[in-house]
Amino acid sequence: MIIYLLCFILFLVGLYGVISKRNLIKIIISIAIMEYSINLFFILIGYVEGGTAPIITKGFENAKFVDPLPQAMILTSIVIGLATTALLLAVAIRIYQKYGTFDINKIKDLKG
Amino acid sequence: MNSLIPLFIIIPLGSAFVMVILGRFIKNFNKFITPIFMLSLVYLTFHFIINSEGSLIYLVGGHEPVGDVPIAIYLVMDGLTKLILLVISLVGFLAIFYSLSYTKQYTAERKFYVLFSLMIAGMNGVVISGDIFNIFVFLEIAALSSYALIAFGVEKHQLEASFKYQVLGGVASLVILFAIGFIYWNTGTLNIADISRQLNVNSNSLASVGVFLKFISVLLIAGFGLKAAIFPFHSWLPDAHSSAPSPISAMLSGVLIKAVGIYVIIRLFFNMFPLSYELSMTITVLGTISMIIGGLLAIGQWDIKRMLAYSSISQIGYIVLGLGIGMLVLATGGDKAVAALSITGGLFHLLNHSIFKGLLFLSAGAVEYRTGTRDMRKMGGLSEVLPITSRTSLIGSLAISGIPPFNGFFSKLIIIIAAIQAQYYVLAFLAVIVSVITIAYFMKLQKYTFYNNDGSKWKDKKIKEVPFSMSFSMILLSILCVILSLLVIPEVRSVFLQPAVDVLINATDYSTNILGI
Repeated sequence: MIIYLLCFILFLVGLYGVISKRNLIKIIISIAIMEYSINLFFILIGYVEGGTAPIITKGFENAKFVDPLPQAMILTSIVIGLATTALLLAVAIRIYQKYGTFDINKIKDLKG
Repeated sequence: MNSLIPLFIIIPLGSAFVMVILGRFIKNFNKFITPIFMLSLVYLTFHFIINSEGSLIYLVGGHEPVGDVPIAIYLVMDGLTKLILLVISLVGFLAIFYSLSYTKQYTAERKFYVLFSLMIAGMNGVVISGDIFNIFVFLEIAALSSYALIAFGVEKHQLEASFKYQVLGGVASLVILFAIGFIYWNTGTLNIADISRQLNVNSNSLASVGVFLKFISVLLIAGFGLKAAIFPFHSWLPDAHSSAPSPISAMLSGVLIKAVGIYVIIRLFFNMFPLSYELSMTITVLGTISMIIGGLLAIGQWDIKRMLAYSSISQIGYIVLGLGIGMLVLATGGDKAVAALSITGGLFHLLNHSIFKGLLFLSAGAVEYRTGTRDMRKMGGLSEVLPITSRTSLIGSLAISGIPPFNGFFSKLIIIIAAIQAQYYVLAFLAVIVSVITIAYFMKLQKYTFYNNDGSKWKDKKIKEVPFSMSFSMILLSILCVILSLLVIPEVRSVFLQPAVDVLINATDYSTNILGI
């Protein structure tokens, strides 16, 4: 149980970073932390105590296997995370070119 | 018929791929191919609406279920899916036809059409998928391309709006993924129909199932509510929708927030989770608050597209209110006819809102295209120089404020009547009040933009009416505003709206229809 709690705390650390940090790059890092915590959570769901890799070979037909589905899902989710982070960083660089700063207190033209 | 279902994802995704490669070598290839494939999607949707009944299923890879455990990824086509697909393809086609002239101002024109096709593929995928993890994957495709499209002009405001939307949207996606993890942990399956069955079977045996359901529901409402811009999660919408290129604003406001927000919320909370009173109440209250807040905030705006964006929040509130009252009546075991009326109102308003909000954003885009400003204080008298845009915008404004011959009147009326029949008098009263507020701010928009002076300022600058492809889309949408009011006639409604309402009313039939047990 404790490991799930630690995983959830990692998620909250990321959320705290997104809410409280003022630097665009730090916000992006916080989002990445949240993403890793969720990837970890999925792997934990699929883990079976003492299980082996889910490949059926001779002599291991009835062995204990870990659940392969969350692992497949996490592979997809990691690729999506890569795209998200890349796009965020690309936009952050363009913002730096336009505004000359990474500080979100100075990037607030839109309001109302 | 069933084997045609994957075409809704294959056509736009394949076209995007081909466009990246061939668009380099053939001039105007992308501009040519995108309207054609959108038109083919419109045709396919009508083909399904007219020729098919009930739920059609396509198993990806053809893996048949083993025992009663579904193995393949399910693509599901039922009444609700068809309605949302109709909205996506219709508004999508007109928006892309409008873009043919509009995108001439950008240097990387080709990439606009590629990203647009990816967005269509993502939305179609979300709507058509019967598997909750696939919904997440397609949602991310739609969301990523919309982030890129908002920042397409790479100007200061567009980048800022895109970044804000990306951070909030990214957190929402992660929250949704977290909820999906919890669902898989507790039910051991990802198929929506199978999850629904597991929850119904286990609801008595597991003590923890109640707490578990509440936690997941909160996560899902937060995640998809942010995508749909319901009240506490709406702050990104005015920035993102007002900064984007106008045809994209029309797609985002008209289609994206419904396909990846409202659609998924109602699909999951009607068909997957057992209906509960607390949850329905939460959704209804959030809808009501966003209806009021959006309307009040729209009055004070001077930026024409920002006002329309706030109005989107308000109208989304109407849709959620209609669906929420339906949920409440069903959850408390009330009269099914009242619930059906209320859900009809909500879905009808969803269809209408996509049409007239698309029209209004396209008209605002036409004004911006010719005058170069979005500030209403610098406009005035534009009806002299932009006659077509002025008329279409007037029709859109009348339709959204609920003036009788247009479609908005009927859907709002149905929602209000349903609220009175369900004895939620306060909600009915608030819906009427917000309707009056809507008229107020659209009168402001019309007066300051198109009337107010004789337009000599614009005549001196020799401003002309917008090009053909832009005015064609606007005229077609304003004709649709009138035609859609025909949906109040029961015979017409039974073709387009009734199948969707039936899916939501008979909520528990979904899993038996899909799994066949």
